[in-house]
Amino acid sequence: MDFTLSKKHLLAQSLYRSFTENEVKPMAHEVDEKELFPRETVEKMARCGFMGIPVPKEYGGQGCDVLSYVMCVEELAKACGTTAVILSAHTSLCIDPILTYGTEQQKQNYIPDLAAGRKLGAFALTEPGAGTDAQGQQTKAVLDGEQWVLNGSKCFITNGKEADIYIIIAVTGTVEKRGKQSKEISAFIVEKGTPGFSFGTKEKKMGIRGSATYELIFDDCRIPKENLLGMKGKGFGIAMHTLDGGRIGIAAQALGLAEGAFESAVKYVKERKQFGRALGQFQNTQFQLAEMATKIEAAKMLVYKAALAKETQKTYSVEAAKAKFYASKTAMEVTEKAVQLHGGYGYIREYDVERMMRDAKITEIYEGTSEVQLMVISSDVLK
Amino acid sequence: MNIVVCIKQVPDTKGGVKFNPDGTLDRSAMLAIMNPDDKAGLEAALKIKDQYGATVTVITMGLPKADEVLREALAMGADNGILVTDRVLGGADTWATSSTLAGALKRLDYDLIITGRQAIDGDTAQVGPQLSEHLDIPVISYVQNLRIDGEYVVAERQFEDRYHLLRVKMPCLITALSELNSPRYMTPGGIFDAYDAEITVWGRQDLKEVDDSNIGLKGSPTQIAKASDKVRKGAGEVVNLDVPESVDYIMKKLRERHII
Repeated sequence: MDFTLSKKHLLAQSLYRSFTENEVKPMAHEVDEKELFPRETVEKMARCGFMGIPVPKEYGGQGCDVLSYVMCVEELAKACGTTAVILSAHTSLCIDPILTYGTEQQKQNYIPDLAAGRKLGAFALTEPGAGTDAQGQQTKAVLDGEQWVLNGSKCFITNGKEADIYIIIAVTGTVEKRGKQSKEISAFIVEKGTPGFSFGTKEKKMGIRGSATYELIFDDCRIPKENLLGMKGKGFGIAMHTLDGGRIGIAAQALGLAEGAFESAVKYVKERKQFGRALGQFQNTQFQLAEMATKIEAAKMLVYKAALAKETQKTYSVEAAKAKFYASKTAMEVTEKAVQLHGGYGYIREYDVERMMRDAKITEIYEGTSEVQLMVISSDVLK
Repeated sequence: MNIVVCIKQVPDTKGGVKFNPDGTLDRSAMLAIMNPDDKAGLEAALKIKDQYGATVTVITMGLPKADEVLREALAMGADNGILVTDRVLGGADTWATSSTLAGALKRLDYDLIITGRQAIDGDTAQVGPQLSEHLDIPVISYVQNLRIDGEYVVAERQFEDRYHLLRVKMPCLITALSELNSPRYMTPGGIFDAYDAEITVWGRQDLKEVDDSNIGLKGSPTQIAKASDKVRKGAGEVVNLDVPESVDYIMKKLRERHII
């Protein structure tokens, strides 16, 4: 067992760090303050190949492993939670299901543009009446000749309006399971600009304020028959498997937020003097930092382990759930402590930790709440 | 067109500096980066490659771990990497370094050799011009702008208050300033490929036409008497005066200390 990163991962980490320091950090405050989608940063990430890190080269990607992608999300999140989730939703929630379930034609049609960052991806499962309970879906898709006709709406969609390619989960009928009627769910690929596909309100959020979160509306939206992703009726499985991967991305985002806040806190307690001593010289501060550092390290191990599990295993739901549960909890705890260590300044919006604490909260909610992660973990424990 | 870029792995000044007992740098104990001027030189070569097509070879002399800086260059887009490493080459000053590198460069086909102006560890700016002497080719140092015109290099050489525009026939050597460009980022895929790539490793016996008296610590005319970390200065004195009063104040201070 070896806990050291390989030299290529260390070099990738140094690339992500310098990119974040030069291109992401200077924008982070403005992105949050003005609720600005960082389009220019996304274009820069595209030029550096970040939009297709774990995508095979034959589809125009970088041909790297899951860990090197996860490390990128982590480093971006150290400075900007918004930028990190844009990459995570694009890669884990849009590219990954097309690569995993798409036909060769679908991969050829969509992956090269997504991997090169010429197009941005999104994923839509959540509806006003169906969040964690995916069976509550109302959006319908009906086959009409050579086209599927979509009707309904999705909400809280990350990269909404900004994205070009959307994975849409919709009900395609009913099936009988153990004598009970249940919804048959399928997945589709829908392109922005398709008639009948529009965007509703933009959500005003507590954190990750630069990330575009929109309602999607389908009103007799007709898409080609061949845009069905995977087999008809397999949409629920596709969505769940996609979220397993997505959770590793969000866990990495949470880890990065915790690390970013921790670094700010360490810097601050060395400089800030009270009662004639630097804050870092008080044992209370030292113990707080020690606890934060330990939790971050533990979260990192879980996140990296989940990344390796995705690389090598067919299923990795439990690893992903543990990583997301613990990393998001750590992000919340560490950012809150970082604000506390900053005292009054930590409550001022000019200070990064204030933003990071707001950004951290969502990691305990989206792509499966912490409670859902506990359900996944406990069902594995008791199986 | 063949371009060879000489790069150096230097200590990252953010990580602190450590010395060997003989006063030379303990490079194995320090965080290391690609020397910034060399990185600008590499970017210049890669731009020429993008624009006109070229094969870019990077070469470095150093410890075995200096292969890291070659792989970084490959991840940015260089085609080949050569590491010159041997115990007998250790402790080299600029003379021994340029003699060694010239011995390696004589084995290569090149139209253009690019070095950084100077490395952030030694700050001598001597190796580039010395190489041109060893190889008997023209040198343009302090290049702040560069283009290729057929068989010629057209370069702006930075001067204190102006620049010189020079047109030099290749093969030649230029030394690059950081101002020359903003080096591109690596790509993740480039990094993975760079670690799959083969780095050519050359030792003492691979060098061409180099005398033992010109290599390593023994071949170095420069001897380090003493080396120490940066001594921190005091906070200094801040005065708020208008311009004429400031001049008087500074003159008074200089006289007090017998500086003027």
